[in-house]
Amino acid sequence: MYKIIYKREMAEKTVCHFKVEAPRIARKAKPGQFVVLRANETGERIPLTMGGTDPASGTIDLIFQVVGKTTALLRTFNVGDSIQDIIGPLGRPTHVENLGTVICVGGGTGVAVMYPITKAYKEAGNHVIAIIGARTKDLLILEDEMRAASHDLRVTTDDGSYGHHGFVTDVLKKILDERKDVKLVVGIGPVPMMKFLCKMTKEYGVKTMVSLNPIMVDATGMCGACRVTVGGKTKFCCVDGPEFDGHEVDYDELVKRQRAYLAEEKVSMEQFVARGR
Amino acid sequence: MSEKEKKEKPKVPRQKMPEQDPKVRAKNFDEVPFGYTPDLAQLEASRCLQCKKPKCIEGCPVEINIPGFIKLILDGDFTGAARKLKERNSLPAICGRVCPQEDQCEKFCIVGKKDQPVAIGRLERFAADWERTKGEVSIPEKAPSTGKKVAVVGSGPAGLTLAGDLILKGHEVTIFEALHKPGGVLVYGIPEFRLPKAIVQAEVNYLERLGVRVECNCVIGRIETVDELLQEYDAVFLGLGAGLPQFLNIPGENFCGIYSANEYLTRSNLMKAYLFPQYDTPIARGKNVAVFGAGNVAMDSARTALRLGAETVRIIYRRSRDEMPARIEEVHHAEEEGVQFYLLTAPVRFLGDDNGWVTGVECLRMELGEPDESGRRRPIPIKGSEFQLECDMAVVAIGAGANPLLPTQTPGLELNKRGYIVADPETGKTSKPGVWAGGDIVTGSATVILAMGAGRKAANSIHEYLMNK
Ligand SMILES: Cc1cc2nc3c(=O)[nH]c(=O)nc-3n(C[C@H](O)[C@H](O)[C@H](O)COP(=O)(O)OP(=O)(O)OC[C@H]3O[C@@H](n4cnc5c(N)ncnc54)[C@H](O)[C@@H]3O)c2cc1C
Ligand SMILES: Cc1cc2nc3c(=O)[nH]c(=O)nc-3n(C[C@H](O)[C@H](O)[C@H](O)COP(=O)(O)OP(=O)(O)OC[C@H]3O[C@@H](n4cnc5c(N)ncnc54)[C@H](O)[C@@H]3O)c2cc1C
Ligand code: SF4
Ligand code: SF4
Ligand code: FES
Repeated sequence: MYKIIYKREMAEKTVCHFKVEAPRIARKAKPGQFVVLRANETGERIPLTMGGTDPASGTIDLIFQVVGKTTALLRTFNVGDSIQDIIGPLGRPTHVENLGTVICVGGGTGVAVMYPITKAYKEAGNHVIAIIGARTKDLLILEDEMRAASHDLRVTTDDGSYGHHGFVTDVLKKILDERKDVKLVVGIGPVPMMKFLCKMTKEYGVKTMVSLNPIMVDATGMCGACRVTVGGKTKFCCVDGPEFDGHEVDYDELVKRQRAYLAEEKVSMEQFVARGR
Repeated sequence: MSEKEKKEKPKVPRQKMPEQDPKVRAKNFDEVPFGYTPDLAQLEASRCLQCKKPKCIEGCPVEINIPGFIKLILDGDFTGAARKLKERNSLPAICGRVCPQEDQCEKFCIVGKKDQPVAIGRLERFAADWERTKGEVSIPEKAPSTGKKVAVVGSGPAGLTLAGDLILKGHEVTIFEALHKPGGVLVYGIPEFRLPKAIVQAEVNYLERLGVRVECNCVIGRIETVDELLQEYDAVFLGLGAGLPQFLNIPGENFCGIYSANEYLTRSNLMKAYLFPQYDTPIARGKNVAVFGAGNVAMDSARTALRLGAETVRIIYRRSRDEMPARIEEVHHAEEEGVQFYLLTAPVRFLGDDNGWVTGVECLRMELGEPDESGRRRPIPIKGSEFQLECDMAVVAIGAGANPLLPTQTPGLELNKRGYIVADPETGKTSKPGVWAGGDIVTGSATVILAMGAGRKAANSIHEYLMNK
C-alpha cells in the first residue's frame, strides 16, 4: 500500500496532485519515467508520469486529469488514504543533453508530464523556452513551477482569458520564425496537439520529441497493448518509449487505439457515478 | 483370491472425472472437472500394478514416487498420499491439473500398453485437493538458519519451487515479482476454469508461512538491478519466464480488437475483466473470434472467448492436427465446447473498418511438405487459395519470446541469439557469478513441471554454493 501524504486540486477540480509515499521508486526515478498504479483490489492498472520525486522524503508526485472511472475514483482519495499498488519506475528516461536552445511545449495535463523534463533540460545547461496552454485560464496548471523550470515562459489560452489568445502552436511558430538556433522541440499534450505541432516543426526541420500515451496493461513489455507505429515499425510504448521522434509517429492509429474501450469506459463511469465506487 | 478368481474379476476401466456439461461450462468460468470423489480415486488407484520397476517415474521430470502415493490412496490415507507427493513436488494440485501427462508419466505407465494408462495426474490432483480442502496441510521442519540471503526474481513455478526448497534448507528467501500478484503464468495466463486462482494463492500462502518474503510490484532491472541485488543477497535466481508476446507481423495487426494472447489472458485472468464492470479492466467481447496458434495458450484463449459470449470461435493453425502442441485434454475440451478448427490455414493480412477495428482476416490454405528443423512437416502455402473470414476480435497465440527488460540491463549475463539466458542444464548456473536462472527464460516456453524441475536443480546448486562460501 502506498500512502497519500499530500493532495491539491487544481484547474477547477479537473486536475489533482498527490504526493505518495514510494521510497524505492523515488530513489530510482528519472525525468520522463512513469508508474503504473492500481487504486484498489478491483481497479484497472493505469499509467501516470511522475511529475517529480523527492528521494529524501521518499515521495513521488502524481498529477492527473480526471477523465474517467479510475481518475475520478482517485480524486476521492484523501491524505492518509492508500493506493493499493504502484509499480515503477517504468519506461526509458528522457535522454537529456546540452543542445543549446530547447522549446518545451505542454498542453492540458501534458504540462504535468512536461514539468520534470523541462527542469532536466534547464539543469543540463540548455536555454529553455517553455510554452504552456489550456482551454481557459482556470484550467491552466503549474504556471509558477514551469516559470521556475524554464528561462522564458509563454502562456496561451484558447479563449484568450489569460496570456496569448490562441494555441500553443501559434506561439511556437512565432518563435521558430524568429530564432534559427532551436535544436529541439519537446511536445506533450493531447494527440491532436502533438500531431499538429509535429507537422509544423517538420516544415521547419526541427527535431521534435513527443511522449505517447497509449492504453497499457502490464507496462513491462509482456502484453503488447501499448503498440504504436513509429517509422513504420511496431514499438511497445512502455519499454521502447514513452518518448519517440514525433515526426515518425502514426498519430491516427494511436487515436483509434486509445478509443478502443469507449463503450466500456462509459459503463464504468456511469456505475461509478451511481454507486460511488 | 485364487488365480481363477483373479482372472474373472472384471477389469476396472480408467475412471473419468465428473465434469461440467460442455454447454453449461462454455458460459461460466468455474473449473471444468470436479475432481475424483474418494470412491472414484480408490477405484482408479486399484488399477495401478504397483510395479517393482515403475516405468511411470521415468516420465516424471521430478521423479515422484508414483506407486507409493497411489498405494496410500488405495489404503485410504489421502493426506499421507499428499505428503508423499510433496517429497518431490511442491505444487501437486497444480501439476495434477496442468501437466501434459500423456507425454510424461502416463505415457510410460505399463497399464497403458494394453489398456488406458493409470490416471496418475487425476490421482495427484485428488490427493493434493484433499489435503488443502481438509485443512490438513502440515508445515515441515526447517533447517537451522544459515544467515544466507537469496533473491528470487519472478514468482512463476520455477521461482516458487526454488524458494520453497531454499527456505527449508535454512536460507532467507525474498521473491521479487513485477506484477501485483505472485504466480507467474499460473495467475496471469492459465484461466480460472482450468486452474482456480485460489489454489495458486494457497501455494503462495504456504510459502509465506514457511517464511518466504514475497515483494510484488518490483520490476527488477528498473527498481533494482541484478548487480544491486548482489550487494545485498548472497545469490540471485532469475525465473523470469518467457514474457514477450510474438506477433504475426502481417498488415493490419494493430487494428483494435487484435490481442496478443498475453494481453487477452492477462486482462481476463489477472485483471478479472471477465467480471467487468465489478472489476474495472475492460475486455473486448467478440462475436466472431479468430485465434491463431494451436498450443495450450491458443486453447485457453479460444475457450475464454467462448465464455465471454462469442458465437463462433475459430482456431486457425498452419499445420495439421498431428502437430498441434496443446495437451490432448485441452483440445478435447475446446472441441466439446464448440471451438472450430481451421487447420492448414495461415493468415496473411487483417481487414479493418474506419474506426480502426478488425473486421476480418485473409487466409491462405497450406499443405504439408518435408519435415523442418523441429521435425514437424513444414507447411507450404497453396497458390491462389486466399479466402476471407469475418472476425471482430482476434488473439495471436503463436508463442512467446524472451523479454529483454532485465537481461539487457545485466552486464556479464550471457544470452543466446534468441535472447534467452544461457544456464547449465544441471545446475542453472549462468555466466555471471552468484546468478542462477531456470524455467522458460532458459528453455523457451515449456511446461510447469519442467520449470519446477529447473527451480529444484538450481536450489540444490545454490545451497551447495552458499554452504561452501
Ligand atoms: C506513459 C503514460 C503516462 C501518462 N501520464 C499521465 C499523467 O501524468 N497525467 C494524466 O492525467 N494522465 C496520464 N496518462 C493518461 C492516463 O493513464 C489516463 O488518463 C488514465 O488511464 C485514464 O483512466 P480512467 O479510468 O480515469 O479513464 P477511462 O474512462 O478508463 O479512459 C479515458 C481514456 O484514457 C485512456 N486510458 C484508459 N485506460 C488506460 C490505461 N490502462 N492505460 C493508458 N491509458 C488508458 C484511454 O485512451 C481512454 O479513452 C498517461 C498515459 C501514459 C500511457
Ligand atoms: C496460457 C498458458 C497456458 C499454459 N498451459 C500449460 C499447461 O497446461 N501445462 C503446462 O505444463 N504448462 C503450461 N503453460 C506453460 C507454463 O505455464 C510455463 O512453462 C511456466 O509457467 C514457466 O514457469 P517460469 O517459472 O519459468 O515462468 P513464469 O510462469 O512465466 O513466471 C515468471 C514470472 O516472472 C516475472 N518477471 C519477469 N520479469 C521480471 C522482472 N524483471 N522482475 C520481476 N519479475 C519478473 C513475471 O511477471 C512472472 O510472474 C502455459 C503457458 C501459458 C502462457
Ligand atoms: S508431476 Fe506431472 S509428470 Fe510428474 S507424476 Fe505428476 S502429473 Fe505426472
Ligand atoms: S507404471 Fe503404471 S502400473 Fe506401474 S507403478 Fe506406474 S502407474 Fe502403477
Ligand atoms: S503495456 Fe503491456 S507491453 Fe506495454
